[in-house]
Formats: sequence, structure tokens, C-alpha cells
Amino acid sequence: MSAVVQPEERLAAVLARLILDPSAPPVRHIAVGAASPIPAAACWLVSKLGHPVRLSLLHKRSGNPFTEGSRELFDLTGQGRIDLFFLGGGQIDGQANINLIGTGEWPGQGVRFPGSFGSAFMYFMTPRTILFREEHSPRVLVPRVDHVSAPGVSPPEVFRRGTAQALVTGRCVFRFDPGRARFTLESTHPGESLDSIRAETGFDFDAPVEVPTTPDPTPEELSLLRGPVCDEMLETYPEFCSRVWARAAAA
Amino acid sequence: MTQVSLEALAAAVPDGAMLALPPDNSLPSVALAKALVRRGARGLRLLGVPVSGFATDLLIGAGCVAEVQTSAVSLGEAGFAPRFSAAVKAGTITLRDATCPAIHTMLQAAEKGVPFMPLRGVIGSDILAHRPDWRVVQNPLSDRPDPILVLPALHPDVAAIHAVMADSEGNVWVGRRRECATLAHASRKLLVTVERVVPGNFLEDERLAPGAISATYVEAFAVAERGAHPVALLDEYGFDAGYVAAYARAARTEEGFRAWADEHVFGHAARVAAE
Repeated sequence: MSAVVQPEERLAAVLARLILDPSAPPVRHIAVGAASPIPAAACWLVSKLGHPVRLSLLHKRSGNPFTEGSRELFDLTGQGRIDLFFLGGGQIDGQANINLIGTGEWPGQGVRFPGSFGSAFMYFMTPRTILFREEHSPRVLVPRVDHVSAPGVSPPEVFRRGTAQALVTGRCVFRFDPGRARFTLESTHPGESLDSIRAETGFDFDAPVEVPTTPDPTPEELSLLRGPVCDEMLETYPEFCSRVWARAAAA
Repeated sequence: MTQVSLEALAAAVPDGAMLALPPDNSLPSVALAKALVRRGARGLRLLGVPVSGFATDLLIGAGCVAEVQTSAVSLGEAGFAPRFSAAVKAGTITLRDATCPAIHTMLQAAEKGVPFMPLRGVIGSDILAHRPDWRVVQNPLSDRPDPILVLPALHPDVAAIHAVMADSEGNVWVGRRRECATLAHASRKLLVTVERVVPGNFLEDERLAPGAISATYVEAFAVAERGAHPVALLDEYGFDAGYVAAYARAARTEEGFRAWADEHVFGHAARVAAE
């Protein structure tokens, strides 16, 4: 086993720590979408570390967790039975608004993104959301999103169970404070600094005097990721397992 | 619930109809989409239930589509849907953005025969700002300020799905993809392609009945083997990633799309796939 920690492994371990954060609402049930192999790896890591968590992979082909089709995810979430969801964005701004619509004039005359999926519901109805986007650049992390698929904060009279807990990128971890609608830099991944993060981030954020470096995965976490976590992921995320761990699914 | 040919099924979708299609993980009839391209359908208003995939991009590329209402259009791992993106940029289709549970909720309202149904969330999203047919009202059962979204019932003219099988009575079986049943209930007519027709009656089999859509809802069905391809069909066959990636590459340009369609919709490869 290589001692070199791959970026995907570090991100999975970072997300796993955020999932287990004792100061956040407890997690019993997480749903993960098709385009989210790193969040899925993080959830499996939490599970393989021995924490009881139910993980529902929306696009799992054999043994799909939903028997009422894709609307069951939203019904479950409405009932309060999904504790954590991951969202990304073509653009994300400093108030944790996300844009999956596109840039330029509505509905995306600049670059059209695929669309909002369930974000305009999930972001409100899940007690916490982890925002995850590997690309960390001024074109993604913008001062103000061109269009709001789902807002980061809402007026007090609007029913809302939660919002962003954190934003994890390929360069750093930000925490989100919904009271102030503002991110604080929590740690930078190896090779990054406060200055490099400022240069690559379109929105303003707070930072401590000393910014810690994001810790590497522990040897135990690495061996779980490369063994049992990869085993669980092969069917749903074959390309990811092949690319990161050079493992091919059985034919 | 009559059994007809695939081309007759396509003829049952009138130009201009609102045609509801499930996404690439939930039994879309790619065979019917290809037959609609062959028949030269025009002005279709597609509804993604709740998102859209390969069949939608194909119909847009072939010029069959006037409008798309959906929560997202994507080819999955093959990336953005190229003909959809080009059509949005060129302004040749009208796009009505939604969010997944809103589409399910509008169909559930139609299924129940009520004029609207509420949904949490969405308030503050720009989707809502571009949907004059969606309203925010005060929760009538609350004494405190509680704004909530109400969504109109949505009755597609036609819904098209690819089921695993039909039986002698014209019932069709979709397994756990129960949102196809909601779609059937909400739509004015349901057209179904199937892998095969089997003798018997699913409704008399306790294990098959929960995954069946009763013939009550089925206008017509046609046999189209591998009719979901390149999309996966439950445990019958998997997603053909190579085929979709090749399409995505070809369809980056109008000319590339035409050449691809000549071969895979009109040409030899299409005939082999249909046989």
C-alpha cells in the first residue's frame, strides 16, 4: 500500500470528520447521489469506523434503497428521516447560496449548468448539508451567484431545518455560520496558505490568525478506504475506484 | 391497452403534446424516443420526471422539442447534455426550470385529482422567481407567519416508459420504480415499451402485483427489446457508458449529431437494435 495520501483520500477523511463532528446534529441516515464518489467514500468510512449510520445511495442499481422510486428520497427528507446531504454548485458564494442553473442571463445564456436537481428542497429540509466542490477557483467561489438554485440562509418565518455546516474544496475547509451568513477558513490542505486561498476565492471570509493544515488520514482510515470502503463502492462508482485505487469491478 | 407496433406507438404521440419521460435511472423508453425522431415529431413539450437524460437530449437534437420542463438535464458520467446545452444557448427551446420534489408533487396532485399541493423549501430560490404558475401562500392552518409553496396539478398529455414486461391482460411491470405509477396515474395516457410479453396476470401474483401498473392506465404498449438501451433496466441489463460517451462526443456539433442519428436512429445500427 502506498504511503502517499491521494487528494481524494484526504477529502474523504475530512468529510468523515465533519460527519462525526459532535457539535453538529447527529447523523443516523445519509443519502448520497450518483455524482458524489468522494462523499460516498466518506460515509462508508464513517460506517467502517464502526459508527452506526444508514447510507442510501440514490443510484445503486442492485438493492436500491428506495421502493417508491426517486420521490421517496424527498418524502423521507420531508419526514425528517434524512440527517445529512451533500450539495455542490457550479457557483457557490460567501453566503452559501448555490447555483446549479448557469451563468449569464436566465436560464444560463453564459454557461448552462445541468439544473438544480432537488437542491431547492434538500438544503432547507435536511438538518445539515456539507457543500463539496473539488474545484476551488474564482469562477466557482464567487462574490454573488448569478442565479440562486437554493439559498444559504432564509428569513426567520420560512420553515428551514438547517443549512450548510461546511464547504470543503480541493484546497481547504470552510465552516459556515448561518447567523452571520459567512464562512470562516478552518484549515488549508497541504501546499495551500491563507494567501493562496484568498487569491483563489471570489468571496470574502474570516480566518484565524494561525490557519491549521488539514490533517492527513490516519493509517487506519487509509487502510479502510483502500479496502472495505472501496469494496462497497465498486458497483456504484466503478470509474472512481479504478482511477483512485486501481480496482476494477468484477465482470 | 392494446399491443401495437413501436412505430404505431410513436404515432400516438401528437405533435405539440406534453410528453413526460423518466430519467436515466428510472425506465425511460429510448426506443420510443428514437421512433419519435423517425416519425419527425415536432413541438413536443418534454417533462423530466424529475430530471432528464439521454432520450431528452436526443429528441432536442432531432428538432422534436419546443419546451423542456425539468429539474436537470445530464448524461451522468458522460457530462453535460450537448444538444440541450446548444439549444438553450441558441434559444431554440423554452426551458422551465423546476426542482425534483416539485415535479413529483405536481404529479401527485394530479394523481389525487386536487388542484394544487403544498411543498416545503424552494422559497428564496430563483426557480420560484421564474415560475409564475407557482405561488407562495400563508399556511391556512397556522396562526403564525408560515409561508409555503403551492404547486399546480400537472397532467401530462402522454407519459412514456420502458417496462420490463407486459402480461396477457396488458398490465405492465416496473418493479420498484413506483414513481412510474404516479406518472401513469397523473397522465392522460401512458404508452409503454416492454422487453417481452408473458402469459398470465400480474395482479393475481402477490409478489408481482406491487411492481405492476394496472392496464387501467395503459393506453398501448409495444415490444421493443433492449428498449431502454443505453440506459440500464433494473436487473435486466446495465448502463452502456461507452455508447453514451460516444454519443456525447459526436453530439458536440450539429453535424456530429446528424451523423450519429443517421447511424443509430435511422440506419443499420438502429435496425439491428430494434430486431
